[in-house]
Amino acid sequence: MTSKRLLAVARKEVLQLRRDPRSLILAFVLPVLLTVLFGYAISWDVDNIEIAVLDQDRSKASRELLDAFRASSYFRLSAFLDDPDEIERLIDRGEVRMVLVVPPDFSRELGAGRTALLQAVVDGSDANTANIAMGYARAIAQSYSLRIAFAGSSFHPPVQAESRVWYNEELSSRNMIVPGLVAVIMMIVAAMLTSLTIAREWERGTMEQLAATPVTRIEVVLGKMLPYVGIGLFDVFSVSAIGVLLFGVPFRGSPLLLVPLSTAFLVGALGLGMFISAITRSQVLATQIAMVATYLPAFLLSGFMFDVSVMPPVLSWLTYLIPARYFLVVTRGIFLKGVGVDVLFVQGLLMIAFGAAGFAAAVSAFRKEIE
Amino acid sequence: MRGRAERVAAMVVKEFRQMFRDPRMARVIFVAPVIQLLVFGYAVSTDIANTATFLVDHDRTRASRELVDSFTASGYFRIVGRSDRPLDLVRALERGEAVVGLTIPVNFARDSTSSEGARVQILLDGTNSNTASIAKGYAERIVADFGRRLAPRGALALELRDRPWFNPNLESRDYNVPAVVGALIMLISLLLTSLAVVREREIGTLEQLKVSPLTAGELIAGKTIPFAVIALIDLAIVTAVALYWFEVPFRGRFFLLLVASALYILSALGVGLFISTISATQQEAFLASFLVFMPAILLSGFMFPVTSMPEVFQWATLLNPVRHYLEIVRAVFLKGAGFHALSRQFAALFVIGTSILLFAATRFRKS
Repeated sequence: MTSKRLLAVARKEVLQLRRDPRSLILAFVLPVLLTVLFGYAISWDVDNIEIAVLDQDRSKASRELLDAFRASSYFRLSAFLDDPDEIERLIDRGEVRMVLVVPPDFSRELGAGRTALLQAVVDGSDANTANIAMGYARAIAQSYSLRIAFAGSSFHPPVQAESRVWYNEELSSRNMIVPGLVAVIMMIVAAMLTSLTIAREWERGTMEQLAATPVTRIEVVLGKMLPYVGIGLFDVFSVSAIGVLLFGVPFRGSPLLLVPLSTAFLVGALGLGMFISAITRSQVLATQIAMVATYLPAFLLSGFMFDVSVMPPVLSWLTYLIPARYFLVVTRGIFLKGVGVDVLFVQGLLMIAFGAAGFAAAVSAFRKEIE
Repeated sequence: MRGRAERVAAMVVKEFRQMFRDPRMARVIFVAPVIQLLVFGYAVSTDIANTATFLVDHDRTRASRELVDSFTASGYFRIVGRSDRPLDLVRALERGEAVVGLTIPVNFARDSTSSEGARVQILLDGTNSNTASIAKGYAERIVADFGRRLAPRGALALELRDRPWFNPNLESRDYNVPAVVGALIMLISLLLTSLAVVREREIGTLEQLKVSPLTAGELIAGKTIPFAVIALIDLAIVTAVALYWFEVPFRGRFFLLLVASALYILSALGVGLFISTISATQQEAFLASFLVFMPAILLSGFMFPVTSMPEVFQWATLLNPVRHYLEIVRAVFLKGAGFHALSRQFAALFVIGTSILLFAATRFRKS
């Protein structure tokens, strides 16, 4: 193996890439686009939930309660109803997520020291938003209840929960998604770009030229991989920089740990892409297989967005075979938890193993011989 | 007029023959969506169950055990470890072995009967913001309910009764599976159309079609009708899987679903046709479809609610046919909504679908 031949292969690959504007868009624009989309436009965070109120009591007490809802940033009181029949229409049309119903005897029950009821009719079709909205409503009702029940007394409720959230204190989905994007974007680079590289040579007939040169298999694979490792690391860097600087995603760990583990993961992903490319020898087939084999699992089954622990057993076992699952532990650990090698030891070893396996697979599948 | 219908019919027959000559194609068209729906349907879930919980019980009394029991009995939490040392709890959270840490202080039982009251600490790993916020809600509710049982009568001034409509068990699957159906239909019709046209260009048979007596309009109709038919068949298959395998309720009328899907498929065919005019190879068409599909899904309300987006993006999503279709599909499946409640979405789908298709057809004619 000589470095001269290796660099020649790498240079050729760079030249080819530069002539292909669509690949460059995928390599450089898509990661930025996705980061901005996830960082800015879309989130799971639920606030400004539209609610309507049917106040059948119209008393000072009921107004105070509604003020408490109004004061919270989670809800936006958008309609006051007069008639219970309106509830159904509003919820059916999806104009509000929740309707609070204050019954006519609300202040009377409160005044008599009995438990007053407050009803919340919730549009449950979006279970996640409904769940979160109900949680907020319950918290507001509870603090109101405590204020009334224990007003002026030194008595405290028997048990109270003190919740604290670590690592992602404001529970923003942005902090959850951006570290995971690093893994997903690498898989896109690997699946969409490298899966083409060897198939392209076969389709265009340039494989024969390559075969006629003295380069060895390792040199070809390594040389073709180098530019993509560069692109991948650049993407890691830009996604992290945008996430941290623009969107305030915390970065608590050490970049010195993120870089080598990302490189190992990248080599594994690229090797997998090249392996697929080498065995299919068709660009269309290679991208589609690579999508199904690398990108989709990284997106769906890695815990990037959806918790793997609640998936049904078969799917949940399958996730153990997805390298992105472990890499996600690494990126979230480094970004959010600020943990080091001691905690990420096993995942680190797995990344190195994945890198080695991907590289070996690519080298073994690559055949120079022309049949 | 008769000649025109015959020419289009001949072309449709040719398209079907061409498509199914490759036996793999039938699998791609009819089996792949089912597998995708199964994987997506199970993977796309925001529910929590058996969340890994680490317990530090400094009190070790009957009361503290009862509190822990009410956590595990809820089904949302599962104790994966216990210790006396808070440091072990920190380590379990750091390593990701537990997502929730429950700490019960010394004298918990005694304080809960005193006027001071007792406090339990719930520590959450927020890295998965969704799991953490739902777990936080459940945990606080369990503690509050536990306190209520101990509370002296009258201490509870206000009780909130929530009644979730349409989906009383609050299963996210019921909400997500219909949306997955929508995403799959888009993917299939988008890819099939863009790839098929470009394939003809690649192998050079598009020229032959152009010198045939077919007009451009007939050519486009002949190219798109087969994919519309396939997309509708796929719709029937995946809807059946959603209803009978995932047991998602269907409260509306099938007719509405059919009309909405037909309008929706118009947009997908239009985008596919447009992509075919800007791509020289199937490879490029595939990448372009991917680049269109990703943002269309992310900005549709599929997984991320439209109402949580910044206002500019909320306006922008009005141009996204996926958004309108998902609103219709979810409302028809879960709410049993009628045409009246959904007229806006239907109108939007119609306008978007016909304009995209017309635009693409004009471009196609020129190329």
